[in-house]
Amino acid sequence: MLGGGNAGLCAALSARERGASVIVLEGAPRTFRGGNSRHTRNLRSMHDAPTPLLTDTYTEDEYVSDLVRVTAGKTNEELARLVVRGSAECPAWMQRFGIRLQPPLRGTLHLGRTNIHFLGGGKALMNSYYAAAERLGIRILYDASVVGLDLVDGRFRSASVSANGGVETIAARSVVLAAGGFESNLDWLREIWGAAADNFIIRGTPYNTGAVLRLMLDAGARPVGDPTQCHAVAIDARAPKFDGGIVTRLDSVSLGIVVNAHGDRFHDEGEDFWPKRYAIWGRLVAQQPGQIAYSIVDAKAIGHFMPSMFPPKAAQSIPELARMLDLSPEALARTVEQFNRAVLPGSFDHSSLDDCRTEGLSPNKTHWARPLDTPPFWGYPLRPGITFTYLGLKVDARARVVMTNGEPAANIFAAGEIMAGNILGQGYVAGVGMTIGTVFGRIAGEQAGQHAVA
Amino acid sequence: MLSPDTIQRGQHVMAVCNACRYCEGYCPVFPAMEKRLIFSKDDLAYLANLCHNCGECLYACQFAPPHEFGINVPRTLAEIRLESYEEYCWPRAFASLFRHEAVKAAALTAIGISVMLVAFTVAAGVDIWPAHPVGDFYRVVPHGVMVALFGITGGFATVALAIGCRRASKSFQASGTIPIAGPAADGGPAVQGLLDALTLRHLHSSGTNCTSSEEQRSPWRRWFHHLTMYGFALCFASTSVAALYHVVFGWRAPYGYGSLPVVLGTLGGVGLLVGPLGLFALRRRRDPALSDRSQAGLDESFIFMLLMTSATGLLLLAFRGQPAMAVLLIVHLGFVLALFVTMPYGKFVHGLYRTAALLKYASEART
Repeated sequence: MLGGGNAGLCAALSARERGASVIVLEGAPRTFRGGNSRHTRNLRSMHDAPTPLLTDTYTEDEYVSDLVRVTAGKTNEELARLVVRGSAECPAWMQRFGIRLQPPLRGTLHLGRTNIHFLGGGKALMNSYYAAAERLGIRILYDASVVGLDLVDGRFRSASVSANGGVETIAARSVVLAAGGFESNLDWLREIWGAAADNFIIRGTPYNTGAVLRLMLDAGARPVGDPTQCHAVAIDARAPKFDGGIVTRLDSVSLGIVVNAHGDRFHDEGEDFWPKRYAIWGRLVAQQPGQIAYSIVDAKAIGHFMPSMFPPKAAQSIPELARMLDLSPEALARTVEQFNRAVLPGSFDHSSLDDCRTEGLSPNKTHWARPLDTPPFWGYPLRPGITFTYLGLKVDARARVVMTNGEPAANIFAAGEIMAGNILGQGYVAGVGMTIGTVFGRIAGEQAGQHAVA
Repeated sequence: MLSPDTIQRGQHVMAVCNACRYCEGYCPVFPAMEKRLIFSKDDLAYLANLCHNCGECLYACQFAPPHEFGINVPRTLAEIRLESYEEYCWPRAFASLFRHEAVKAAALTAIGISVMLVAFTVAAGVDIWPAHPVGDFYRVVPHGVMVALFGITGGFATVALAIGCRRASKSFQASGTIPIAGPAADGGPAVQGLLDALTLRHLHSSGTNCTSSEEQRSPWRRWFHHLTMYGFALCFASTSVAALYHVVFGWRAPYGYGSLPVVLGTLGGVGLLVGPLGLFALRRRRDPALSDRSQAGLDESFIFMLLMTSATGLLLLAFRGQPAMAVLLIVHLGFVLALFVTMPYGKFVHGLYRTAALLKYASEART
């Protein structure tokens, strides 16, 4: 198993249960193991009847249509349906390995029908999987980076692995590629987005360098997904370059205005609900000068959005706040004044697309528009935070990697973020990454295990 | 006292936790935290005393050391807890006792008291190694002396603990919630807080046992704590019943092996022997990352004092008809007195402050 995140461990456990002898190569040290899975917290699961963890029903058709909708049709429907069907069995399968599940968190009640939550989040989940792997006699090698793959006629023979200060060759009868995307490879990001990429923040693990992905593409695997696209959200600009995770997200955008480095508004802050707006603002900020923007709210918003870990800049007046944010006090005061004048009367309701809007601005704010007039004023700097990249490896329904000649490789399987692009051509819906990882991890593991013991 | 440095570290940890909230399902600390936006000294003290110091949230934390955020909730709250003990201590001048080499101090106190008692006893002309003891303790230490000794130390401990409790409650009450959106936590009536304290519900609050090492959950911490706490309570009951026998009914000790004071004392003594031994053994196997190491003395001295109280008590019961009785009695009294004297300045206070925090939590959950 190349990769020790959710998909890699699900594959390892499945292959082991088929009787195969398994080694997991994890790029991170033990303390940071688990890839981006350590930052997750739930998994989207279909169910035809209420369960102790999920309310109501979430049918196959509804789930598939959600996927078709968020990806704007850029999905392989056969594989999508496979994931959706497989998701029904996920909770029971996970619990067999000591995973503890819980009803939704208080902040994610809207997911109570569709998503099961991991008690303690993704790192707790990975701890349980690793403990299960150790119990079952799966070998785990940490700090192991794959530096070469030996493929002959589309068959995997061995991997060259840099670990323990040397490079060793590990041969195997089959391999599962579960090493994630390339979002933490800064050089690769720069190739695509140029200098702007230097201002991007990577929300997750620094170990998703895309090394396995690139080795496979070079070896003639067929790519899937737009290589120039990534899932990005607007996060607190004070976040560390890597691994800031959930605590750097900020959801104050819709409650106030967002300005760029010139102090100008540039997009309708009231366009849509979370999570849709959450996903578009990363790109919007990336398009602004210096890839930075500022969310400004007043006292009316305080307590109505999830705080980031960083305290807001707080001031009694807009010019004072501008100075704290290194913005031009005149420009910001002008923007706020124009905005306040354009706000029409309405009845504010943050839980619906209400009638509070502006008129005569470019761009207008179409919902939740209230004048910024009540101190203290709060400001948060925003930057684009990359969650994951879309480029991946094409696979078939048995998780086999498809080569450029259109033939699936006999003993090379892929699971997780490295192949998620087959199902998620664009967009995202909460918890589906973990579903893809779990379902395809199991398929890839079973197939690889079967192949190895045959 | 809660130092500015400790407060700042607590605020950093809570700012990260409050923006994450993945640990919400583990214990009351996190739902209580979610009702707050900024964290004052009183907020932190309240949350610290709600924490039972299991390890689930450390192992689940994606921001735990060596991550640059360095989030270690169990240890940070343990540090705050110790400083809160000092803050509530009466008299304040004694606050530093929580940090001294407490095991040695407690043992020395016990030995000192025992030696003094032996000296007084001998000076009073009592035979310290009686050839034919009849099991009458009051021949060794007269009833009036015992009443005076325990009256003074017990009275002092009660006053000191009561003032500490009052200070803790006032501090917790000063920790207010903010009217943020979101449904109330799953609470019950105020009595729920007391029940939670008496059953240690939160040492297996998410339906499984608590952990003291990654992925190693066991029920033993909870059970050894129950043995210790209820053992202590039974011993206390035994002494109270004996006092009642003596004062109200005029029934004189020694009491038979089937009598209520002896049965209660024996059961309690066994609990108070096995419980602290078990807790001590678990401490040794516990992941050091979870604890504030500077508090080892605080924890272990309390365990040691409880253990010595029960061990000397059971020995005294076994040998009360032997010549060693007088010395054993004096040593036992020495330990009990030392336990009383050190109670307001040792780990004993955790039981009171945690209960106060759980009561506050139950009242908050209803609002």
